[in-house]
Amino acid sequence: MSGFLAAAIVAATPLLFATLGEVIAEKSGSLNLGVEGMMLMGAVIGFTVAYGTGNPAAAMIAAFAAGGAGAFIFAIVTVSLQANQVVTGLTLTIFGSGFSSFVGDRMIGQSVPASVLKFFAPIDIPLIGDIPFVGSVLSGHDAFVYLGYVMVIVLSIYLYRTRAGLNMRAVGENTAAADASGVNITLYKYAHIIFGGGLCGLGGAYLSLVTVPIWQADVVTGRGWIAVALVIFASWNPIKAFFGAFLFGALSILGLRLQSMGIHISQYLVDLFPYAATIVIVIIGTHKNRKEDLPPGNLSEPYSRENR
Amino acid sequence: MTATPAIRMENITKSFGSVTANDGINLTVYNGEIHALLGENGAGKSTLMNMLSGIYRPDSGSVRVNGEPVNFASPRDSIKKGIGMIHQHFKLVDVMTAAENIILGRRGGFFTKEASLIKRIADISDRYGLDVNPRKKVYEMSVGEKQTLEIVKVLYRGARILIMDEPTAVLTPQEIDGLFRIIRNMKEQGCAVVIITHKLNEVMEISDRITVLRRGRSVDTIRTEDVEIPALIEMMVGRKVDMKIRREAPPVEGKELLRLDRVTVVDSDRKVALDGVSFTLNTSEILGVAGVAGSGQKELCETIAGLQSAEKGRIFFDGKNILGKSPREIIRLGIRMGFIPEDRLGMGLVASMDIVRNIILKEYQGQKGIVLKRGFGAEKARGIIERLDIQTPNLTTPVSKLSGGNIQKVLLGREIDSDPKALITAYPVRGLDIGASYRIYDLLNEQKSRGVGVIFIGEDLDVLLELCDRVLVLSGGKITGIVDARRASKEEIGFLMAGGTHMRGGGGS
Repeated sequence: MSGFLAAAIVAATPLLFATLGEVIAEKSGSLNLGVEGMMLMGAVIGFTVAYGTGNPAAAMIAAFAAGGAGAFIFAIVTVSLQANQVVTGLTLTIFGSGFSSFVGDRMIGQSVPASVLKFFAPIDIPLIGDIPFVGSVLSGHDAFVYLGYVMVIVLSIYLYRTRAGLNMRAVGENTAAADASGVNITLYKYAHIIFGGGLCGLGGAYLSLVTVPIWQADVVTGRGWIAVALVIFASWNPIKAFFGAFLFGALSILGLRLQSMGIHISQYLVDLFPYAATIVIVIIGTHKNRKEDLPPGNLSEPYSRENR
Repeated sequence: MTATPAIRMENITKSFGSVTANDGINLTVYNGEIHALLGENGAGKSTLMNMLSGIYRPDSGSVRVNGEPVNFASPRDSIKKGIGMIHQHFKLVDVMTAAENIILGRRGGFFTKEASLIKRIADISDRYGLDVNPRKKVYEMSVGEKQTLEIVKVLYRGARILIMDEPTAVLTPQEIDGLFRIIRNMKEQGCAVVIITHKLNEVMEISDRITVLRRGRSVDTIRTEDVEIPALIEMMVGRKVDMKIRREAPPVEGKELLRLDRVTVVDSDRKVALDGVSFTLNTSEILGVAGVAGSGQKELCETIAGLQSAEKGRIFFDGKNILGKSPREIIRLGIRMGFIPEDRLGMGLVASMDIVRNIILKEYQGQKGIVLKRGFGAEKARGIIERLDIQTPNLTTPVSKLSGGNIQKVLLGREIDSDPKALITAYPVRGLDIGASYRIYDLLNEQKSRGVGVIFIGEDLDVLLELCDRVLVLSGGKITGIVDARRASKEEIGFLMAGGTHMRGGGGS
């Protein structure tokens, strides 16, 4: 059982980063549907840098920058040029997919250098690791997973306890009110779109550096879309995003576990679980009652101060 | 007054595309003064004030604050100079608390320290006699509470110059008294207050001086004590206006036309929007509906028109129960009812279509065949344009390009044209200038004299009392009273709007 929980965490981590990234973008009012594309950009650039330098920190920074660069394009087009966010996000996904195929073409089948593998080897935390069940969630993971935990806590504090977080939420909820209160709308939107994109890039890098440390085309396989749905499931809240990602991580490995327990079930059916669950979650997520659980009020609406 | 003015705006011009909203406007406001900015809709009042608050930038002209030339690039610049604007549509974030809204956009420590913040808010509230609960979420607040919060917010920022854009439009008479106490209090503390309103009685009551705008130009600035209301109207409109609404004698015998019987409606947020509403509308009468915004007016109209389903109750039109029937089924029953919704371009008309198509929209079902006969519609349109004196370049102009008054006339014209027995009108003069408003009142009276029963949802209590035969008051979805408009006072209606139940009987029949 604790092996199952530990494996669920590994499956959940890329989803967690991507979901957190999209939460940040959407909380500040931008519906960036390019998550899949930004994850692919992070995956291929992270892998390229790891492959070329053998430096894990450089690989992570590069992956963050790659996701952020994809998001920067999105920000220019939707914030400065006021284009439709949905269309721009979809285009970004297609762009990211092409970008990763192009850049990664010559690396197919290559594996991550040993120095990087060693860096991402599991680390046990003394004492905590001995707690039943919870121990296997909190301990015995790689540095990347721990960074995800830290992000959940840091982002929760940022969103709900800091002035910048307050201003950022106001931009997403009621842009005109934030503007009239003296918040720099353009700055806040750019900063959070780019930071969110960076987190998506890290989510992609986890897949290419840790999950399967060999480059293969199309490593993300729809996880970006699951992350978009998880944002709704999580009610735009980082803590709930963790539980959502964990649930989906568990679902995505459930089939393998059942098969290894001797329960015969078609692989195709097993692969279907997370996506079927996504549909259910989006339906459930649509019927929320608390105002705080609803999407940000001005989500995906372009803002121009002098619009009448 | 020789002191340095708090605000001096000179020769301000601002255009939006081809429309010149402000054309060489001058405005001077002193500290310790309550200055009313008066003008019809579209006169440029809000545009001028939005330039003072940094939302818009003037094309030309100069602005001085306390003698110092300023050039605001954003609201932040304006706030720094001590200017605070309370917008007509509140700029508050619904899902946040009062305290969070107050510190929004402020510089300060990295973290939001709630405890010390709440203390500072309490200090300000005490000083100016304001009452605000810092921990309350905005979506749980009444309109009056939201407005108080907006005032606390600008005072927290240290504003000494306050701009209020139509602050009384959504308040009950009692709440307006409270607001005026606060404004006078700020004046005594030496603040400069600019108040935009088109309720003339309020201007006379609260202001020290008045600046009148007309079609983007400043007409004059005068001391309030030197002027009377008729002269103000003439300055606003540019000509003499007969301010009398004629009201025909009460019908000798109004027959029952429409009867609601304990109608209860639950809205999409699962809140009770109408709570056991019962009343009767007679032929040849105008029944006014008063109430604070959001008291169930919208649901009342839409339920009668068949657009909103009800939890329980019955609605009889000429003795037939129409509740639960769609608009199309209601038309099939041979019931002729006209509906002028609050949201004219959203619900009433198709904004991008021309007058002819908008007119055909209501009657095409009566036509035979697949292809629409435009000729018939064009003839009708010409008739309506002539009768209601609609200003339009031609028949093919999209209605969205017409002015508010003309849009309303197209809608009203179409509904009247179908020869209705009942007319449901929601805020039919909202956004219309004085002349157009009186034309609408005349049209409604004309319908009344033809035996039509009219429901008139209004916001100006003076108009409701002058125009209507009876006034029904809604508060929180309940009818708190139905009064005789010829005898009732504004105070009485205000009391009922605030939720007080009627003392003299005559309630829901």
